[in-house]
Amino acid sequence: MSHGDEAGRAAERVARESYGRLVAFLAARTRDVAGAEDALGEAFAAALRLWPADGVPDNPDAWLLTVARRRQTDAIRRRQTRTAGEEHLTLIADEIAAASEEGATLPDRRLALMFACAHPAIERGLRAPLILQTILGMTAEDISAAFLVPPATMGQRLVRAKTRIRDAGIPFRIPDKEELGERMQAVLDAIYAAYAKGWNEVGQQGVPEIAGEALWLGRLVVSLMPTEPEPKGMLALMYYAESRRAARRAANGAYVPLEEQDTSLWDDSQIRLAEQLLHEANAGGPTGRYQLEAAIQSAHTGRRLSGAANWPIVVQLYDHLYALTRSPVVILNRAVALAEVDGPAAALAALAPLAQDRRMQGYQPYWAARGHLLARTGATAEAREAFTVALGLTTDDAVTAYLNGQMARLSSH
Amino acid sequence: MRYMMLIHHDEAALAAAPQKELWADYGAFNEALNKAAGAASGERLQPSSAATTVRQHDGKADVLDGPYADTKEQFAGYFFVEATDLDEAIAWARRCPSSRYGSIEIRPVVDAGARGK
Repeated sequence: MSHGDEAGRAAERVARESYGRLVAFLAARTRDVAGAEDALGEAFAAALRLWPADGVPDNPDAWLLTVARRRQTDAIRRRQTRTAGEEHLTLIADEIAAASEEGATLPDRRLALMFACAHPAIERGLRAPLILQTILGMTAEDISAAFLVPPATMGQRLVRAKTRIRDAGIPFRIPDKEELGERMQAVLDAIYAAYAKGWNEVGQQGVPEIAGEALWLGRLVVSLMPTEPEPKGMLALMYYAESRRAARRAANGAYVPLEEQDTSLWDDSQIRLAEQLLHEANAGGPTGRYQLEAAIQSAHTGRRLSGAANWPIVVQLYDHLYALTRSPVVILNRAVALAEVDGPAAALAALAPLAQDRRMQGYQPYWAARGHLLARTGATAEAREAFTVALGLTTDDAVTAYLNGQMARLSSH
Repeated sequence: MRYMMLIHHDEAALAAAPQKELWADYGAFNEALNKAAGAASGERLQPSSAATTVRQHDGKADVLDGPYADTKEQFAGYFFVEATDLDEAIAWARRCPSSRYGSIEIRPVVDAGARGK
């Protein structure tokens, strides 16, 4: 993605689209994700190499399958000594033959594959990497860069997870109605986790790419579950965040909190996409976590038109969100919004329950928010203490620059 | 797929449970299990206080009174189910009354017919 032009990128997209569909198709039948990836790996690599230059073939799926079939025959011949390997390759080869026959009508099983990757029996932290690898064909190395894990470790974890999918009998299926809500949340959480990796560490090289991949996955789930509101809510939330990418860093690289962002830097086209999606989601049914979070972001965009965000609405939406999630982070964000309605003292009172929460003690945004609120009440010494803890907890240079700015402002008052 | 369901009880929680209800629930569960194709009701074991553990090294047997590991939850019994996938096995584990007094470990049985798996 870092090299190549528009056409090259488009070719890569088609290759990934086709690859994910084929992996899902083969794996859904055999439950053997690693086998499907092995079978298609060389063909996919060839597509990534050739298509951007030569153009995308008329039938990308058929092209990949033909190459995969040819390689398969070679592989079986090469691995003749390994009985188990041979048997497994023969099985996948049969699947490839079956897929070739289905041709243009190949069913899209990517949603079922995503549900398998985000199954409750798969460790939470591995769900996003698994989806990125199986659906998009990302390498363990590229994924590891975003998840801050050594490439070899990421590779091993992915291999183990795929073995687990096969051996434990994790199904490739869209869950029944009574289970769908919870299981869909797990898929969306995994995609959003991938997005967040490209958002928090914006300064780091190569990582914003992950955000692009997550957006692509978000559009994919929306297209595969067109009647479900929550995927739309999640995609809207990602577009709201994207729309502010240019505004969240100052010229010197320092982090700029939402309230202080220059709204003229917000991207209108992305806001419009987000608003449209949120509108569709709200029309579609019950309100879930992502819809609420997107609605909060929507209320913030009001600042662009009227000069002021609709803070009372934001506080109300956080109340709903808290009822749904019971998350201490929601209490924190609600308190920050409350400061704009009832003042910093009220906000600090709302934060009080978090003082006992151990999860918050190591959470940088908690201390930064506390520092900010304390400074506004004039408790300079306490504010300095809170900012110092926040500084100690951050690893992001942009946030360090922002916090140092806040400290300096304290001294000048 | 065939799954062995390993029941681990918190023996104290089990003893504190209303026994009449518990065994009535178990009766109903076993009946459902017996009707399911491929499932097999298993066996209930004596409590871990009756367990003996043997380890052998260098030709010498070490016989210990007590269970394999001294944990809060103890192996208490098992049953088998035939399920198309893990979700079906999980549904059986949730139906089993023991999941309320401990945990149920779900282990796929090696299919002797499928080599290399």
